[in-house]
Formats: sequence, structure tokens, C-alpha cells
Amino acid sequence: MTTVVRPPDSDPSVTTESVLTARRLTKTFAAAKAKAEVVTALQGVSLKVDRGQVAGLVGADGAGKTTLLRIAAGLLVPTEGTVTVLGLDSARDSLAVQSRVGYMPQRFGLYEDLTVAENMDLYADLQGVPKAERRRRYPRLLAMTGLAPFPRRRAGDLSGGMKQKLGLACALIKSPQLLLLDEPTVGVDPVSRRELWKIVYELAEGEGIGVLLATAYLDEAERCHHVALLHEGRLMAEGPPRAFHDRVRGRVFLIAPPAGVAPRRIHTRLARATGIQDVTIRAGRVRLVTAADAAAGAAFDLPATWRAGMQPAEPCFEDAFMALLPRREAAFAPAAQIDDGAAAVEVGEVVVRTEGLSKYFGAFAAVQDLSFEVRRGEIFGLLGPNGAGKSTTFRMLCGLTTAGGGKLTVAGRDLRRSRARARARLGYMAQRFSLYTQLSVRENLQFYGRAYGLAGARLQARMDWAYAEFGLAAWRDRAAGELPGGYKQRLAMATALLHQPDILFLDEPTSGVDPLARREFWLRINGFAQQGVTVVVTTHFMEESEYCDRMLIMSRGRTLAVGTPEQIRALARSADLPAPTMEDAFIALAEGRAGAASSGAHQ
Amino acid sequence: MTRQSLFRMRMAGLLRKELRQILRDPSSIALAVVLPLVMLFLFGYGVSLDAEHVPLAMVLQDRAAPARELAARFEGSRYFDVRHAASLSEARRWLDQRKVEGIVCLQSDFAAHIQRQQAASVQVIVNGVDANRARLIQAYARGVLQQWGALRHARGEAAAVPAVTVVQRVWFNEGAVSRNFLVPGLIALIMTLIGTLLTALVVAREWERGTMEAILVTPLRRIDLLLGKLLPYFFLGMAGMGLSVALAVTLFQVPLRGSLSVLFVLSALFMLAALGLGLMISAAVRVQFVAAQISIVTGFLPAVFLSGLLFDLESTPLPIQIVSHVVPARYFVTIIHTLFMAGNVWSVLLPNALALLVMAVLFIALAYRNITKRLEAP
Repeated sequence: MTTVVRPPDSDPSVTTESVLTARRLTKTFAAAKAKAEVVTALQGVSLKVDRGQVAGLVGADGAGKTTLLRIAAGLLVPTEGTVTVLGLDSARDSLAVQSRVGYMPQRFGLYEDLTVAENMDLYADLQGVPKAERRRRYPRLLAMTGLAPFPRRRAGDLSGGMKQKLGLACALIKSPQLLLLDEPTVGVDPVSRRELWKIVYELAEGEGIGVLLATAYLDEAERCHHVALLHEGRLMAEGPPRAFHDRVRGRVFLIAPPAGVAPRRIHTRLARATGIQDVTIRAGRVRLVTAADAAAGAAFDLPATWRAGMQPAEPCFEDAFMALLPRREAAFAPAAQIDDGAAAVEVGEVVVRTEGLSKYFGAFAAVQDLSFEVRRGEIFGLLGPNGAGKSTTFRMLCGLTTAGGGKLTVAGRDLRRSRARARARLGYMAQRFSLYTQLSVRENLQFYGRAYGLAGARLQARMDWAYAEFGLAAWRDRAAGELPGGYKQRLAMATALLHQPDILFLDEPTSGVDPLARREFWLRINGFAQQGVTVVVTTHFMEESEYCDRMLIMSRGRTLAVGTPEQIRALARSADLPAPTMEDAFIALAEGRAGAASSGAHQ
Repeated sequence: MTRQSLFRMRMAGLLRKELRQILRDPSSIALAVVLPLVMLFLFGYGVSLDAEHVPLAMVLQDRAAPARELAARFEGSRYFDVRHAASLSEARRWLDQRKVEGIVCLQSDFAAHIQRQQAASVQVIVNGVDANRARLIQAYARGVLQQWGALRHARGEAAAVPAVTVVQRVWFNEGAVSRNFLVPGLIALIMTLIGTLLTALVVAREWERGTMEAILVTPLRRIDLLLGKLLPYFFLGMAGMGLSVALAVTLFQVPLRGSLSVLFVLSALFMLAALGLGLMISAAVRVQFVAAQISIVTGFLPAVFLSGLLFDLESTPLPIQIVSHVVPARYFVTIIHTLFMAGNVWSVLLPNALALLVMAVLFIALAYRNITKRLEAP
């Protein structure tokens, strides 16, 4: 099965190892409206994928990753340039290309009404796989993807991770020589992500398949043989991950916070400092990348106690990515909250409390026995993969769905009785930014302000605050639908904060947002929390939990652990893993390896 | 493997998938089976254009024998439910309150006129809000008067009506039962629902759910895509037609005078035209909401209003008559009315069948031309 048989009609000159070659690829999309500009999705991108190689197409949303994959699969015709797949032109010979590549679109392309076996049969029929070969191939694919026990389960009833693996099995149904995967791991739990990568490597190294994989998770770039970094349609850099590391070597440092200082405080402070390219919190420590021209750690101002805990660190792909990315405009600088890290964290009263909260949809338990409390001024994270029950929990907290069972108090009120009054003190930002795309920024703010009972001078004052706080003044007459992604998120947040809520609920605020905007978002959230706003936030980015004071990890409706990021990471600590990441912790919890320890952090 | 066997394998795969989806998706079942049944029962039992048991006020200002006899004729008619009013003003009040739909008034000199062999006038007032119904009531009233006149004439008595009377006969639909007319017409509507609306919806749904993208990267040809949608919904539509015909003939007792095989062949032509329209829509639109709107406006509403199903096209203004010629349902409603009530009248069937054939070929060819294997916006 490992031998690769060349199709008779393929280009004989392809004796090299290359399975995909893109040459100066440009793709523009005609504007939907007459006055809108032409969208350039790709601009002069050249790329090569070899046999047996796992190539990563890395970049934020809108970078052009999906467009490139679709051109390679013959679904789009390039405006300029060509893609050669296995010696065939992907635009001219698209049928021939399509019978030799496996392609998994972002949403896996599964028929939810059909069972696992029926989905596989369908794709085998469409790819013309003979019955005899199916008998050989199915058991192998099912075993590899762990789907063997569920051939009769409907695809719609599978978990996110299982759907992803079924999608992969369908893409592999005809032993393709090239596998194109479009963000296969978005919203999938870390355990499934790890398994997918294992399969991808088996395919590449065992069967010699070339793999081109698009991802928005920067840490996944580390797992590729070769990385192409796309940004706004341009190829910023390419090479093995090590080459990326080398670009920032010597500029990456970790600061272990002194006792009593929250890493978030150091983070907020450094985010405004000059001479620093990037600053994040990773595994309880502050990670920073200095600007290229700054002498190592000298050019920026840092209190001596903090500097004492600073040491150089091994660079990772994300460091290089942030250093490569062009800075768009003056990064966010919160003016209101100057903080030198001296102030102790005040613990306020409990503002959100759930006890044994649950919700059933028919026989399906979306949320089961959920208990936690959130105190004033805390940032509380709800973490878990898609389908874990985060959104359902959220809707119950905001009073959008009735709680199925258990107790639920928000802002001192029982949500089951006085919903409207509790809601006046809540701000809510839905998963899809709920803005009226045809209305201007000003009209959106006016509408949401009035909906929350603001009027006259008070509404005007709050709108002025929103323009200033979120840097929206220049955009006030633009239609919300025309704003760049980061600004849409700012406007959505502004509308949620107009009526000065005590508690802010944010549902997946960072999904589909580029890393720069994500960093800006967390800084801002931090600032609001310091002003006493309680923030409850959901995310499927495990590393973002580092910005939370406390968090709850859930999976399939159940609580895996509750505690501070530190406590939860500690659950996965072992001899082989002295400094586990949040993702390691999730995997350990999901697999039950941290079971004994988890009871400690459980409330 | 040969090209043919690969093609057969792809087709079988697509058909099996579509069949399973239809069977497992409640919304497809609702649109393909439940909605047609509801419409059939609604039109078959509920909606009727016939006027029977019309409430009628009778004002007898003359109490002589001829007047009482005429009133009795009205009371005996199955078309009317007669209530006696004390005065014309009371009868008018009833009319205003919609307690009655018409008034028959025999004036005080009614019998005297008849005795003198003069024309005796009978006042008939009808609520004209629904003009069609008003005409029907008028005609029924005239019928009663004529029968009474003929009866008196036969008895050698003085009659207020002339000896020569018009004898009406309604052909094809002898009882003038509107159900015989509506139920076959509904078949056109049901086939439009399945062929145009359902087909456009299921294709748009594949775009919305992202399965279309996955299907397009398989080595399918455009003809596979076309046939993969055309065939399953063709059979579904023909099954719906068969069911409707069976119900029409058995449950609703609609006479079928033409031959069943001709009915099936011509229905197949109409089905292809309806499907062609649905596939054209689905080649242009990738959102279910828009697909539904376009199919209702271009397929369903014309089938209701411009096909002659509810309204006689001959009596509509000329521009509307002209527009109705591009509506496939118009030709099919004519065909199906002819087949059910008149029989295999080839001089009517053939030209209409030809029009359907042209439209079916045209629509499917346009749909084929617009089907693309690219994701580029249409």
C-alpha cells in the first residue's frame, strides 16, 4: 500500500518528490457590490509540497489559506499563476486532480443524516473505489480513526473530534497522493487534535502522502515539516519551524512573577512598554519578545524585582509570527488603568453562583451538574471544545434559556424569577458579533444604548466614551459590515458595555480573530476587570485561560476541573512533564490521568 | 473499471444518499408528502366553489296561492335554505348582517299580474361582494323560477314565464362540482412544490451545510451533478402525482376519462419542466431562504394564479394572459383537466404537451449550462 503508482497520464517530468507546486498564485474576487473594492485573497504566492512532507499553511483568518487549498483542489480558478498537483494543472485538469487528492473542507463535508458507513460508501462511490478494495481499505481507515465501533452511528450524532476523523476517513477513501486539510482542528478538543496529528504523520511518513494543512493555531506550526506563513494574501516567510525560531533567537524571555504579583499585572504593564514586540502569559509566566533593535532586555523599563525573575527562553513559532507581523496601528494602550503591580487583588462578593446547574435537550445532557461561583472583578473562563456545553451554560447565565435544573443566581438575583432586572446589569456579547451590518457604527451604538434604556445626554456621553475607549471615532459613519475584523469585535464589545453592566458575558470573543486582535482583546478585558467589572468568558483556545483569574474546564456537558490556571496545570504535573501547558492538563483530565488530583481543585 | 461502470457507481451513490436523506429528514417528508396530503384534503373537502344551501330571505307581500307555491319551490331546492321575513326591511337587515346572501321578494300584486297573463316581476337581490358566487345564486334563482313557470305551463295554468325556455346542460362536469375541477388541478401544484421548491431547497441546503464543497472535489462531472438531483426528485414527484391521482379517483370520486398512461407520460413532461426550473434556481442561489423565495415567486404562485387552476384565464386581462404562456403549469392544468373530465382529446393535449416539452428541454439545458464545479460566486 505504500507504493505510489503514478497515473499514466501524468506529466513524466515529475520525477522529483514534489506533489504540489504553486507558482506566483494570485486570486482576486469581484466585489459583491458595485462600489466595494475588489478583494485580493492571494497575491503572488509560491509554494511547494513534497512527497511524505507535512506542510503547514499558517495564518490568521483572511490570510488566504482556504483560497489556496481550494485552488489546489480545482474548486477555484486562479486569477494569475498556476498550481500543479502531481504533474497536472489544477484548473485545467481538475477532474483528474480531484481523483488523486483527498480534500477535507473546514466543516468536514459530512452528511449528518447519513451514518459513518454510509458517508464512507458515498465518497467511495463518488471516487469510484471498487468493492474489493473497499473491503481491504475500510477496516484500516476505521481502525486508524477509532471509528470502528460506530459504523451505524449518524454523523450528526458524533462528537466534534469524531466528525473530524470521519471527514478525514472520507478524504482518504481512495488512497490519495496529496491530502489537503482546511483547518481540521478548529474547535476540536485537544485529545482529538493530538490524535489527528498522529494520523497525519502516519500517512506522510508511512505512506508517503504529501499533506498540506491550513491552521490558525500557531502552536500547530511547530508540528509541521515545513511552514508557509500567510498574512493578508501574501507569503510572509517559509521554511522549517526551526528557521522561524532562529529569527527571534535571543529576543525571547520569560519572567517568573515574584510572590504575590499576578502574571496579568506584569503583562498589562509590559504591553505598553516600548522596545517590546510581543508579550503573553504562558504557563503562569510572562513571555516577551523584544523588538529587533532593542538590546537584550535593556531597552525597556522594568522594576528590579521583576527583572530578577527574567531569563532567556527558547523561541517558539508564535514568537516569530508576532515579530514578523506588520504592526497595523498604535497598539492598544489603556489609559485609565496605570498599574505598577503593587495593588493586591481584592476579592469581592460573589456575583454569579450556580449549584448543580443542568440542561437537557430531550435525552441529551448538554450541561450536567455544573457548580461554580464568580466574584466581583474576576475574569472567569469557561473552557472546552465545541459541543462541551459552554454556549448552553452561557445562555442559562444570561437568562436566554431557562435552566433545566439546579440553582442559578446572577447579580444577586435568581434568574428563574426576575430575569429582566438581572439582565439590565448584564452585558452580553454573542458568539457571532450581533451587529446590524447595514447600520453605521453610530447607529449600532445608538440602537443598543436605547435598547438598554439610555437616552439624551447620557447616551451621548456613553457613545463618546465608546468612541474614545475603542478607537472607533474615525469609523463612526461606516457601516458595521464594512469594518475590518478587529474593529467589528471592538464595536460588539462597545455595544455590550454601553449601559455600564456589572457583569460582562463574552461568548467565544476570540474565535476567528487574528492573534494581534486577540492580544488587544485580553488587555482590554484586563482593564475592565480592574475597574470592577466581572467578566465571564468562553474560549476553545486553551492557552487563553492563562489570562483568567479562575476557570472551569468542561467536556461533554461535565466539569473536568475548576480552579486557577496554576492549580489546573498542576493537575497534569508529572515526572516526564514538569511544566505542563493548559493543553496537557486538558488531555490529562480528559483521559482520567489527573482524576485523583482533580478532586483537589474541584471547588 | 470502465467509464460506464464508474458512472453507474457514482449515480447509485448519489441516488442512495438522496433517498436516505429524504427518508431521514423530516422537513423533506413534510414538503413531499404531508403538505400535498393537507392540500388535497383541504381542497377536496374544505374549499368549494359551489353554492349550496345558500341562506335566502323570502318576503311574501302576496299571500295568494301562486306566490305560496313559488315560495315552496324555493324551499324545496337544495341550493337554498329559505327563511321567511316579515318585511323587506327585515330581510335587508338580515342581508346587512350576513345572515342571508340573497332576498326574493314577491310583491303584493304578484298573483294578480299572473291571473291577467301579465309579466309578474319577482325581485331577486343578491349580495354581490363575491361576484362569482352572486352570479351562481342568480342563476339558481332563475332556474327555480323557470322550472316553476314550466310546471304551470304544463298544467295549463297561466304562467309568468314564456313557454319557450332555455334548457341548460353542463358538459364534462355535469354536476358542476368544483371538486372535480380543483383536485386534478392540485396535482399540478403538488408537482411544482416537489419539482421546484424542494429541489431548489435541498441543493441550497448542501451549500449551507458545506457538503456541496466536499462533493465538488470528488471527480464528479457536471452531468452527474445534474442527474444526481434530477432523478431522485423526478421519482419523488411522480410518486406524489400517483398518490394524488389515486386519492382523487377513489376518495374524491373525480372521474378519470382519459387514459392513465397518457396522464403519466404528460405528467412526466411537466415534472421535468418543474425540475428544470428548480435546478436553474439552485444553480444560481446558495442560500435556502433565497431559494425558497425565488421558487415560490417563479414556481408556486404562478402555478396557483396563472395556470387556470383557480381562475379562468380567458377572463383575465390580456397582459396576464400573455404572461401565463411562460408558466408551465398553465399547459399542464389544461392537460390534466382535459384528461380527467373530457378524455384523450388529442387536439387539446398535443399542443400543450409540445409546449411542456419545449420548456422542459429549455430549463434543463439552462440548468446544465449554469451548473459549475467551481466555488466561484455565481
